[in-house]
Amino acid sequence: MKRTLSIVALALLVALALVSCAPKGPAEIVIGGVGPVSGEAATFGKSTQEGCELAVEEWNAKGGVLGQQIKLVYEDDKGDAAEGAAVWTKLIQQDKVVAIVGTVMSKVSLAGAPISEQYGVPMISPTSTNPSVTFADGKLREFVFRACFIDPFQGTVGAKFAYDDLGARKAAAIFDVGNDYTKGLSEFFRDTFIALGGEVVAFEAHATGATDFKAQLTKIVQAKPDVVYISDYYNDVALIAKQLRELGFTGPLVGGDGWDSPDLVKLGGEAVENGFFTNHYSKDDTRPEVQDFVRKYTAKFGAAPDALATLAYDAMNIMLDAISRAGSTEGVKIRDALKATDFAAVSGRTMFDEQHNPVKAAAIIEIKGGQQVYRTTVAP
Amino acid sequence: MKIPRTPWLLVVAAGFWAVVQLLRLVGFNDYYLFIANLSLVYVILAVSLNLINGIIGQFSLGHMGFAAVGAYVSGSITTLIYKLSPNVAAHYPGFVLALVAGGVAAALVGVAIGFPTLRLKGDYLAIVTLGFGEIIRTIFNNIDAVGGPRGLLGIPKFSTFTVILAFALITVAVIRNIAESAHGRNMIAIRENELAADLVGIDTTGYKVKVFALGAFFAGVGGGLYAHLLQIAHPTQFGFIYSVQVLIMVYAGGVGSLTGSVLAAFALTILTQVLKSFLSWLKAATDLPIGGDWYMVVYALLLILIMLYRTEGLMGTREAKLMIIPEEDEK
Repeated sequence: MKRTLSIVALALLVALALVSCAPKGPAEIVIGGVGPVSGEAATFGKSTQEGCELAVEEWNAKGGVLGQQIKLVYEDDKGDAAEGAAVWTKLIQQDKVVAIVGTVMSKVSLAGAPISEQYGVPMISPTSTNPSVTFADGKLREFVFRACFIDPFQGTVGAKFAYDDLGARKAAAIFDVGNDYTKGLSEFFRDTFIALGGEVVAFEAHATGATDFKAQLTKIVQAKPDVVYISDYYNDVALIAKQLRELGFTGPLVGGDGWDSPDLVKLGGEAVENGFFTNHYSKDDTRPEVQDFVRKYTAKFGAAPDALATLAYDAMNIMLDAISRAGSTEGVKIRDALKATDFAAVSGRTMFDEQHNPVKAAAIIEIKGGQQVYRTTVAP
Repeated sequence: MKIPRTPWLLVVAAGFWAVVQLLRLVGFNDYYLFIANLSLVYVILAVSLNLINGIIGQFSLGHMGFAAVGAYVSGSITTLIYKLSPNVAAHYPGFVLALVAGGVAAALVGVAIGFPTLRLKGDYLAIVTLGFGEIIRTIFNNIDAVGGPRGLLGIPKFSTFTVILAFALITVAVIRNIAESAHGRNMIAIRENELAADLVGIDTTGYKVKVFALGAFFAGVGGGLYAHLLQIAHPTQFGFIYSVQVLIMVYAGGVGSLTGSVLAAFALTILTQVLKSFLSWLKAATDLPIGGDWYMVVYALLLILIMLYRTEGLMGTREAKLMIIPEEDEK
């Protein structure tokens, strides 16, 4: 038994040696992709992979980048920081990638980011929202970018939409005090709304897991706001909306991407009508990039793309666009090109701010007749 | 002639260090080095768990909870001193002290948990330790000062190959010497028959608490090295599933065999990586419908095979003898 085992082990080692010494094919540019294809977030990793693959396929069909074909090496990080660090080192040292698109979970991106910094290999995380991924301890990570907007951004956009499009002048907000995300959204909503010239008449916190919001909502209704900002996740939103309507509030409700679930309408019913939320994009947007992407993705993978696939597709396109503008596969040049990005991505025209977060428009989705309907796009 | 085995451990470790340094000159890149580092961290975690699960036979499922304590305590200390002056070389003594502090904190938690729970046996103890592991993790998840659910960030990368190897050597040497001492015999007696051990006058609860504390100490050191290798301590990195991963190493290597734990920590860490590369290559070469992401299936299958055909693990309860004496052929 022991001998068999050692033979198997030896065979595997030889195989590995062969793999790593495999002769290089014709000149190609290798790009790394990372996502959690196994583990608890497996569907996220799969969507990310599909988004990356579609983008690379399109570029290759157009003749690749810098006159060379692109090879995507997509690795599984299991949603585990240790595996993430291993994958990052492997892609850079073993596969000699010139850039990395990944990964989904913030803690894994946080393990990968210092490695990208160390070797000067640029990376774009499609969906890690933790601000420290690109900007940690008051220091910018020069080679690390992200393709998704971070949480505070949505509050800002929500306030702009409420003030400009809905014409609201008096707003109220309610949020979960035990959750970074909802708290951050509400605070940025309030600050922006006031800065625009509006008035925030009520700013109410509720406890995590609460189901009865009558006390806070009564206060809110008495203050007579034009609009109520609800930054919670869809299940809480449904409850809050119902109780708010019971108390006689008929005005519009606004929220963030926590609303994005088919269950919102199932749970909230009539109460969430006249509700609006900010999201990364809407597949009903008529811009050609969006329609093109949705059609191609659906044809290739047999299902409509979700937010993760879209952001991965965008991240890969932004990266390849940067390489093509840099005219080189040198990390420093790609980084400089990334900093100067101005790209018409599916999730909106994208540029990077000084902390390497994208500056782009958000889509506003309206709940109308029990459906999510694309309403408009708001730039910050 | 009896040769004390600790020097031999030192020789093996020094040999390993020298081989890696030589290989560094000929294409042993940072990826391989990272895998070696990760394997050595797992050696510390697996060997210390083997002391609890294998030598004294108390089934613990919360080992990563202790590692979390070590990671957060040492990580907090080093991030603090690193912020004061980011001169890496000057901080190594501080780093070692921070690791020890993390280990001591973990040991204290081990004692605190050990006293009320070690009167439980078998499944009950497993469930309680599982619960404690999760409690520790959840506590860190809720302390904002160490990043809460976002994790403790900005930990400097102090865990170099040499440091990790040194701590792995110390862990194995200490635990092996204890296991082979009279105390170790008492522990094995407790494992084999607790009632009988009690009757011959062995302080069973005392031993169990001490072993728990010692195992927790080294788990804390291992956790500290882990955090300084990944540069992040995140609550979800110390969850139940990670404790099970270490447990698998202990069982695959052989419960009660420290050599087995060391070998299994290396074998299983390397195996994941090899399988991934191998399956990706296989897919590219043969068009089989199994891609690189099937490695977890093969990995699990291999574990099942080990358990079916070598129920006692790769090494059973035996230890490696001096390398120059050929091992007895198993029948």
